[in-house]
Amino acid sequence: MSALSIELPGLKLKNPVMPASGCFGFGREFSQFYDLSLLGAIMIKATTPEPRFGNPTPRVAETPGGMLNAIGLQNPGLKKVFNEELPWLDQFNVPIIANIAGSTENDYVTVAEQLSKAPNVSALELNISCPNVKTGGIAFGTDPEMAKGLTKKVKEVSEVPVYVKLSPNVTDIVSIAKAVENGGADGLTMINTLLGMRLDLATGQPILANKTGGLSGPSVKPVAIRMIYEVSQQVSIPIIGMGGIQSAEDVVEFFLAGASATAVGTQNFVDPFICPKIIQELPEVLAKLGVDHISELTGRSWKKNERLAYYRP
Amino acid sequence: MIKQEICKVVSNRQIADNIFELVLSGGISAEMGQPGQFVHVKTGGGFDPLLRRPISIASINEGTFTILFRWQGRGTALLAEKIPGMSVDVLGPLGNGFPVLETKPGETAILVGGGVGVPPMYELAKQLVKNGVKVISVIGFQSAKDIFYEQELGEFGEVYVATVDGSYGQKGFVTAILNDLEADIIYACGPTPMLRAIENGNYAAKTYLSLEERMGCGIGACFACVCHTKADPKGFSYKKVCSDGPVFKAGEVVI
Repeated sequence: MSALSIELPGLKLKNPVMPASGCFGFGREFSQFYDLSLLGAIMIKATTPEPRFGNPTPRVAETPGGMLNAIGLQNPGLKKVFNEELPWLDQFNVPIIANIAGSTENDYVTVAEQLSKAPNVSALELNISCPNVKTGGIAFGTDPEMAKGLTKKVKEVSEVPVYVKLSPNVTDIVSIAKAVENGGADGLTMINTLLGMRLDLATGQPILANKTGGLSGPSVKPVAIRMIYEVSQQVSIPIIGMGGIQSAEDVVEFFLAGASATAVGTQNFVDPFICPKIIQELPEVLAKLGVDHISELTGRSWKKNERLAYYRP
Repeated sequence: MIKQEICKVVSNRQIADNIFELVLSGGISAEMGQPGQFVHVKTGGGFDPLLRRPISIASINEGTFTILFRWQGRGTALLAEKIPGMSVDVLGPLGNGFPVLETKPGETAILVGGGVGVPPMYELAKQLVKNGVKVISVIGFQSAKDIFYEQELGEFGEVYVATVDGSYGQKGFVTAILNDLEADIIYACGPTPMLRAIENGNYAAKTYLSLEERMGCGIGACFACVCHTKADPKGFSYKKVCSDGPVFKAGEVVI
């Protein structure tokens, strides 16, 4: 397994595969399928200071090769996550990345301060990219100055490294990435969902009660690859890549683009065993590539010109 | 226990307008027991359609199980094309079904099914009758061409049929028939307006309703199919239709 182990700020990962936030709850449902200790890390569902019910239903709609969701950050609130969900996760030997969200700067600071004190939280993921809430969320992630300011505030109170989750719903993602790096971010996670909509021909109205939702799944993968390719050349902090990953080959592609670890989102809904499957398949794919350690692949698409000559699909 | 299995198609036949009865074989059938549970079905091999389709289990047999679905989109169109020997990726059984033991031997149960809500009533009727319960089925459809399982449910007791256009049986909705029947318990599955009418009608001392909602994962992780509870209709408490339901006692959740 050593060909897969990765060290990132705050994180010692046995492998670079983790479930993405919002696609894995707090792990309870998936623990009936496999031992969560197999995972590189777990990105838990976004936590806000108070409980949130989220949006009315329908909250999901299918799209070609993907899905739209508008859950609306439903979560049991800071207190319950800290007192119940995190202690429950402690039975597994796996680092936790706590996704934090809110409507105001104060919300983020409150959640960051408290969750970063939990013994099994190794890092925070600052969610400035949720497209499905009316206030906060994406508003912080589309303005470089606001993103930088919030990152700074959260860094001041957090006892663990802070990763900032970037939104693809911007014209220039590099400027946001640089801004949060300047704000003190220890790493980036990208990408969150792309804002989209589907209409129902029977009613002429949007299918989602929230009207718009976040697009995820394999159809967004090329967007994620392109953005990680651009950003990784312009920042010096590591990137955890995500967006439509379905296989070990996809993980490799994210590394080549510039990622140092990866997260699997939507595919957990299709195949609950997908994360352990990818972890199991990775060594064989690396062997085919003639690579001794997965980290050799990071940014190879722009760092080196030579082909990965050994690959025989 | 929930399992994922590549099941084999035993048979697939059209039994009413756009309604298909698909029999699958696999060890997963041994995990099934409670009527009203569902399976999450991957309709194609690739990543389009991406998500699984939740389909209720109509009957459970030795080594096989039966699901019924309505051909209405890309996913179900792929399922309709399956022929014996082909594979279907199935996750299940999922959710909490109808509580069979809530009805004592000698008591009477009315099973109400509306459209594609009819299938789970077959396995439920089978198990109730085995327990010595008297079963009356009340099933509703749009029109005569949509009717299925009238004879099959007839194996277990009286069957009443309602059609919205009056082309067969009682004209109107199932509630028109329920007004004239008496029972100790009602089990119902069908469109939300039908469930709401049954809940409001107080037709029996005990009522259990199987809800329908768009789902993502089917296992409780994605929070797509969440509903409010009646005790806290505007608050933060909730139930997930996929993993807390799909069957709820009437009055438990907001429908």
